[in-house]
Amino acid sequence: MNRLLPLALLAGLVAMPLGLGTNPYLLNALIVTGILTIGAMSLNLLLGFTGQLSLGHIAFFGIGAYVSALTSLGFDVDLGLGLRVVHEPWPAWVGFLLATVAAGGCGYLIGRLSFRVRGAYFVIVTISFAEVVRLVALNWVELTQGPLALTNIPPITLGLPGLGMWTLKTKLQNYYLVLTVGTLCYGVIARLVGGRFGRAMRGLKENESLALSVGINATRTLTVAAVISAAMAGAAGSLYAHYLRIIDPDVFLFATTVTMVIMVVAGGKSTLMGPVVGGLIFGLLPVALRPVMAPEAQWIVYGLVLIVILFVMPQGIVPGLSALLSRRQARPAPVLEVNPAVQR
Amino acid sequence: MSAILSIEHVGVRFGGLVAIADLHFDVHEGEIVSLIGPNGAGKTTAFNVMTGFLKPSQGEVRFRGTSLRDLPPHAITRLGLARTFQRTSVFPDDTVFDNVMIGLHRMGAAAGRVPVIDALLGRAAAGERVVRARAEALLEWVGLAGRAHEKAGALAYGEQRLVGVALALATEPTMLLLDEPVSGMNASETRVFVRLIRQIRERGVTILLVEHDMPMVMEVSDRIVVLNYGRLIAEGPPDRIRTDPAVIKAYLGQGSAARQAAAAIKEAAHA
Repeated sequence: MNRLLPLALLAGLVAMPLGLGTNPYLLNALIVTGILTIGAMSLNLLLGFTGQLSLGHIAFFGIGAYVSALTSLGFDVDLGLGLRVVHEPWPAWVGFLLATVAAGGCGYLIGRLSFRVRGAYFVIVTISFAEVVRLVALNWVELTQGPLALTNIPPITLGLPGLGMWTLKTKLQNYYLVLTVGTLCYGVIARLVGGRFGRAMRGLKENESLALSVGINATRTLTVAAVISAAMAGAAGSLYAHYLRIIDPDVFLFATTVTMVIMVVAGGKSTLMGPVVGGLIFGLLPVALRPVMAPEAQWIVYGLVLIVILFVMPQGIVPGLSALLSRRQARPAPVLEVNPAVQR
Repeated sequence: MSAILSIEHVGVRFGGLVAIADLHFDVHEGEIVSLIGPNGAGKTTAFNVMTGFLKPSQGEVRFRGTSLRDLPPHAITRLGLARTFQRTSVFPDDTVFDNVMIGLHRMGAAAGRVPVIDALLGRAAAGERVVRARAEALLEWVGLAGRAHEKAGALAYGEQRLVGVALALATEPTMLLLDEPVSGMNASETRVFVRLIRQIRERGVTILLVEHDMPMVMEVSDRIVVLNYGRLIAEGPPDRIRTDPAVIKAYLGQGSAARQAAAAIKEAAHA
């Protein structure tokens, strides 16, 4: 089941526009959900597999969005002291790559800075980092336009020499772009987690002293995880910028980080499929609820769904369901249980 | 015989508390040495210093001539000095097999390669097969093959100890530090474990162990080092330690004080 479920889901997602037609509202919801789900998957690499909670994850997402937007829009900034930086617009796909690299670089810095201390310190450092970046985006008006937003961000243009160029303007094209990047990120995480690097992360999470004593380098392992996680969040941010084609400092909203955490926790952290399932549920819940209730009421349902999920399956949906399934399969052998009170 | 591990005038202080005053001894290649002493004598502290989990306030530890002073635990393991832990000797949420797989982290990390990139490119598959085979062989060797797919945290205490030993051996050490390896084992398990320790030594691994089980210590050790109040009070072969007045005083002194206290409590209860 572990191998088939992701493939079945992928097939379903690939086929979905064919079946449902190209309803722009639904496609828009799917694209934004997909982008947030990539963010949630990247967060899961830290939260689920290393056990470190990054509550500033949106910073990497926002940095990706801004780097990508500025690369493709160009800018002309006076740094003072007679220093002036002028950047001519580059193609959007270069922006995407730079966004990934820049976010990964920030992940490296945050990792180096804070993994010496871990736990609560890491949470605080990441929150502060996100807030600092948001303030920069808000106040460095010359570069970022501040609250006036960066507008007219070009859509991503893909081209193969000899085959022609496509500018991804329509929702359908963007849908498949997001799906491709998402699948790629899923594959990368699956490869990492399934091998030696994943074992090192698990070891550190379960018993750090023992992990050190078998020769696992804690700082290095956690930093690499932070870099990859941040780079993926940056890639998601870049997709977001080129899809919406307008970004303002609100991309750094703390609430978006919370949404990603909810997606990961409800879906099942430290599972590959957890953030995908959680992402789809919480991303598409508003779509399902829109015909029946007002947006205010939707938030209440949102909260109730989360509570019910965590009440019924405290580990999240994916671990909960797979435990249920394996229990079903293993039913024929009910072991005689000894009442602990009688055991004595 | 040359010294493989030298503890050179090591002292450890936590603020005003002296955990180890001045510890100085050598372990020679191929030996089985036991470090014993009453509770609180500083044995586990000494282990933590030797493996880099604690920095000594004075003195230093040398392993095969290299000073371990500024090395973090994982680097010390890579030099070939491995340890087990007293209480938490396993990765509790993984199966026994996966425990050993985690323990084999160093294997397949050949110099100059970047393992993360290998994993991404799918080049790690062949290496993985070798690691799995090695994990199976290790479990077979410590006698846990039958438990391979059980969760390590659910094993009996004594079996968790064996997992801990398998994890330490997975790092291919030239010297092994065992922290109370037979606590929680019954007599027959202990006998099996003593045989295992001897087999490990026959493979060329030097062993230093901390243990409270005196019959086991006397049986297995070539040499015993006795600590009390953070000081070395005796050192020598088991026969000599058994009759050493300082050692008897250290253990019995404490024991008779405990007996007196127990007697006093009994009297108070009857009155």
